[in-house]
Amino acid sequence: MLTHAIDSICRSEGPRVLAGLIRRFGEFELAEDALQDAFEKALAHWPTQGLPDAPAAWLTTVARRRAIDLVRRRASGPVYTDEPPDLAAPEPDDDASAPVVDPGLDDDRLRLVFTCCHPAIAQPAQVALALRTLCGLSTREIARAFLEPEATTAQRLVRVQRKILDARIPYEVPARALLPERLQAVLGVVYLVFNEGYASTEHDGLVRPDLCAEAIRLGRLLVELMPDEPEVRGLLALMLLHDARRPARVDDEGALVPLEAQDRRRWQRPAIAEGLLELDTALAQRRRGPYQVQAAIAALHARAARAEDTDWPQIAALYGGLLQEQPGAVVELNAAVALAMAEGPERGLAWIDRLAENDALRGYHLLPAARADLLRRLGRLHEAGLAYAAALALVRSPAERRYLERRLAECQV
Amino acid sequence: MQYMILIYGDERNFAALANDAEAQKQMYAAYTRYGTEMRNAGVLRGGAELKPTHSATTVRLKNGRPVTTDGPFAETKEQLGGYYLIDVPNLDEAIRWAAQCPAAATGSVEVRPLGMSSVSV
Repeated sequence: MLTHAIDSICRSEGPRVLAGLIRRFGEFELAEDALQDAFEKALAHWPTQGLPDAPAAWLTTVARRRAIDLVRRRASGPVYTDEPPDLAAPEPDDDASAPVVDPGLDDDRLRLVFTCCHPAIAQPAQVALALRTLCGLSTREIARAFLEPEATTAQRLVRVQRKILDARIPYEVPARALLPERLQAVLGVVYLVFNEGYASTEHDGLVRPDLCAEAIRLGRLLVELMPDEPEVRGLLALMLLHDARRPARVDDEGALVPLEAQDRRRWQRPAIAEGLLELDTALAQRRRGPYQVQAAIAALHARAARAEDTDWPQIAALYGGLLQEQPGAVVELNAAVALAMAEGPERGLAWIDRLAENDALRGYHLLPAARADLLRRLGRLHEAGLAYAAALALVRSPAERRYLERRLAECQV
Repeated sequence: MQYMILIYGDERNFAALANDAEAQKQMYAAYTRYGTEMRNAGVLRGGAELKPTHSATTVRLKNGRPVTTDGPFAETKEQLGGYYLIDVPNLDEAIRWAAQCPAAATGSVEVRPLGMSSVSV
């Protein structure tokens, strides 16, 4: 129980402390090693000494000492004896006796966020580094999350840390002029993590860390650090509103449940409330953007007590607006479906048939799945069956597969 | 910290300029401006245009003896055409300068930090 409490504190304070160490010592690996050492000491000493009043300050003090020690050892060559473990509680040094919430710490986390998502780093490495430094996930957990061998993830992390050092990627918040673009990259990484968690389902026997929870945690951190950026809130709102529906998304047989069939009593109301609040706050800042629009669409679904109460015309209109800001084949597909719901399946079908010629959607199972759905609504069951079969040829997630198989069977009656 | 700015481009574009005196003049003017800006900012440490790859020779040792081949080390779509050496505090600064290089519009500009050991004359 106590170990669990200590783990929890280390997990939540870790990123803050790590960010400060990186600022102070300029090296990711060194900071991580020092922090790991501090965690171990916390696990060893807090059970007997009691939890400190200011865990972040305690961890920082111990980690700093360790980092200085590691740097000294590097400089002086081989170590002849092992240092005795630090048995006494650390002496308060100048910084630790300073107020518990060091305003500098928050900036450090922001620096860390932007450094992780620097454009000179390849996106998979950005994601791995963000999950590691900002969420405190272990290498193994990150590897499981992305279904790759642990060695691959470990190598990725080593390489990115080396790149940051060798190329001297600066540890700072980008200049004002670059901020919008860099912020987009950060939000993109967070959203990628969320979608990876949202779209996947549990693989038999393999428990993956809750990527949606980690992405939301990152989203909350970003809102805390950048309260005046409405798109940051918009993304958080979007993630919360989608995540709220998760309990209703998969049925007892492991098949996907489409939105219109979901038991809305299973939706998590607190998450919806938080999401709606964040969206309202964002919209009040009067700087619209794609994430806010997508959140607004999710909000319309969340506000509908029953599927038939959904304001589809408004959703279709929002998609129209989104297409102008962020044109793209997938957004168009969603817009076509919304149009179908608002004005009838034929309208949507015509649009989707045009989209089918778009190369960008070639391997995308949701295109034939959407076609199939509209054909089914129109009673054109033979054609619907063909389209469901086409979708089945492309689908990857087991839950969606089961759903499509069921639909196909219905068409073949 | 020192970085090399390595300029890569399709040489056929470069060759096409030989027939267009005005375009050639503008290109050189752009590079001259670029170099001057870097010099005025105090970041320039060196640089040169390289003659096209038809003038290149590659040397390798086989059985201890130098063997030369005509041409660059590898046939690539874009070839190395020139370099600058700059001294700036971090990668962001290096990227900022690289982006202003005229070659960035039509070719590729690689930014590579210098290693631990470097010689200067």
